[in-house]
Amino acid sequence: MFKKIITALILVAYLVIPAMVIAEEVAPAPAAEQAAAAEPALPKIDTGDTAWVLISTALVMLMTPGLALFYGGMVRKKNVLGTIMQSFIIVAIISVQWVLWGYTLAFGPDKGGIIGGLEWLGLNGVGLEPNPDYAATIPHQAFMIFQMMFAVITPALITGAFAERMKFSTFFVFTILWATLVYDPICHWVWAVGGWIRNFGALDFAGGTVVHISSGVSALAAALVIGKRKGYMTEIMAPHNLPMTVLGAALLWFGWFGFNAGSAVASGALATSAFVVTNTATAAAALAWIFAEWLQRGKPTVLGAASGAVAGLVAITPASGFVGPMSSIVIGVGAGVLCYMAASLIKPLLGYDDSLDAFGVHGVGGTWGAIATGLFATTTINSAGANGLFFGNPSLLGKQLIAVAVSWVYAFVVTLILLKVLDWTMGLRASSEDEVTGLDLTQHGESGYSS
Amino acid sequence: MKKIEAIIKPFKLDEVKKALNDIHIEGMTVTEVKGFGRQKGHTEVYRGAEYTVDFLPKVKIEVVTSEEMAPKVVEAITGAARTGKIGDGKIFVSPVEETVRIRTGEKGKDAL
Repeated sequence: MFKKIITALILVAYLVIPAMVIAEEVAPAPAAEQAAAAEPALPKIDTGDTAWVLISTALVMLMTPGLALFYGGMVRKKNVLGTIMQSFIIVAIISVQWVLWGYTLAFGPDKGGIIGGLEWLGLNGVGLEPNPDYAATIPHQAFMIFQMMFAVITPALITGAFAERMKFSTFFVFTILWATLVYDPICHWVWAVGGWIRNFGALDFAGGTVVHISSGVSALAAALVIGKRKGYMTEIMAPHNLPMTVLGAALLWFGWFGFNAGSAVASGALATSAFVVTNTATAAAALAWIFAEWLQRGKPTVLGAASGAVAGLVAITPASGFVGPMSSIVIGVGAGVLCYMAASLIKPLLGYDDSLDAFGVHGVGGTWGAIATGLFATTTINSAGANGLFFGNPSLLGKQLIAVAVSWVYAFVVTLILLKVLDWTMGLRASSEDEVTGLDLTQHGESGYSS
Repeated sequence: MKKIEAIIKPFKLDEVKKALNDIHIEGMTVTEVKGFGRQKGHTEVYRGAEYTVDFLPKVKIEVVTSEEMAPKVVEAITGAARTGKIGDGKIFVSPVEETVRIRTGEKGKDAL
């Protein structure tokens, strides 16, 4: 009964809120036109930049279904659909959330450095003219939808931590609340004009803190609150389809060119530089991970190669617009080794069940990447950036560490509270019987593989 | 009549089949099975999580033949399936009471 009420409430909210916003949209239109007429000539739209940002948006969009396959291959056969669904449906959930209130909370007119105002609710005033605050040469809506895809993949990354045991209805509510209470504020602090972390000069080119630390640390909180899977460490929980995981990792690698090189929000030198270091760091990290396990275990694994590539992508993300190719190799090697240790050595030691290593890869890799930005950044790559420790400026490292610490604490604490409240009200876990039967049948009434 | 059940290494199936054809055994039933004996299983490691896989894939061959042929069948299988390493498998011989060819209703040796 309670379940049905919650479901009904979500549906009503999704139907009523747009209606309210439409009503608002109609009223202030003439005022906006007058304001526009009074302003000087608008910046010109650059077709090359716009084309690149729109293509990048599509590339980043593909990453979330790629993540669905990456995660889907790593779970047991009975949970393949449940796991894929969590990522896939987030594309839909956040696409709507971002248009309704996510974009204005993240990028809307600043309120005290903490959050965006509600002026752009329902994309009110977010038009096709450029917004020079964010990207002077592309339509404002192009910037908005590029950013939407980042907001989409971030909560999807967390699903790796509670894979194979979370109730779908609670997951659904969690995703909307987490995007609103954790992603949108952190995104505002780091990237929005007036955001307080941006103002004190910490660098995050494509989302080391905003995307990877926020999701990775929230994943750790989620793994701790929801608890271990039934049979963890006693039953065999080997990945059921590693080719699927490799396909997912390949799609992530491909899409990440849009993620990092697209974050230049222009088509040119900086995008090219970001493209090169993204690929280089990823390659170095995949090699580092398999060499680490080759030395320690005697065999280089395919799962290790895929995991290492993703770890490298994560770590280069915040640095991708500020570092050169040689630095990117060091960042990649560091990511491969550190994330391998986090997933294979530290997790079993501490005993928490972060099922698919969302924290081990994104939390650890994102933290390393944010710190590495403070070490390797150089203004010869990006004059709008800053020099890091190895280029004579120790103060950037301090700023990076503060940004990391703040993101860690905020994401961890808010996610912990959010999940506790949802556990008391809706219940986080599928019933023990449902968990054993598998999420595919019990949450969705389907099987991934017939017979 | 005797039934000979042989559990062998899967990659030896072709050689065993050929050896049985050579002594004019014209029918057999082959099943993919899993199990373990002294060979035990193997371990798999996924991001540091180590799993022991107890059951190894094997092939089971069943042949029903006359009392006289049974030792030759056992000899042929043993010869063809042996690698000398642990995990080569086992052969079980047991008596069979009756055989019926469904198409014709023939019974006993005639049905083999």
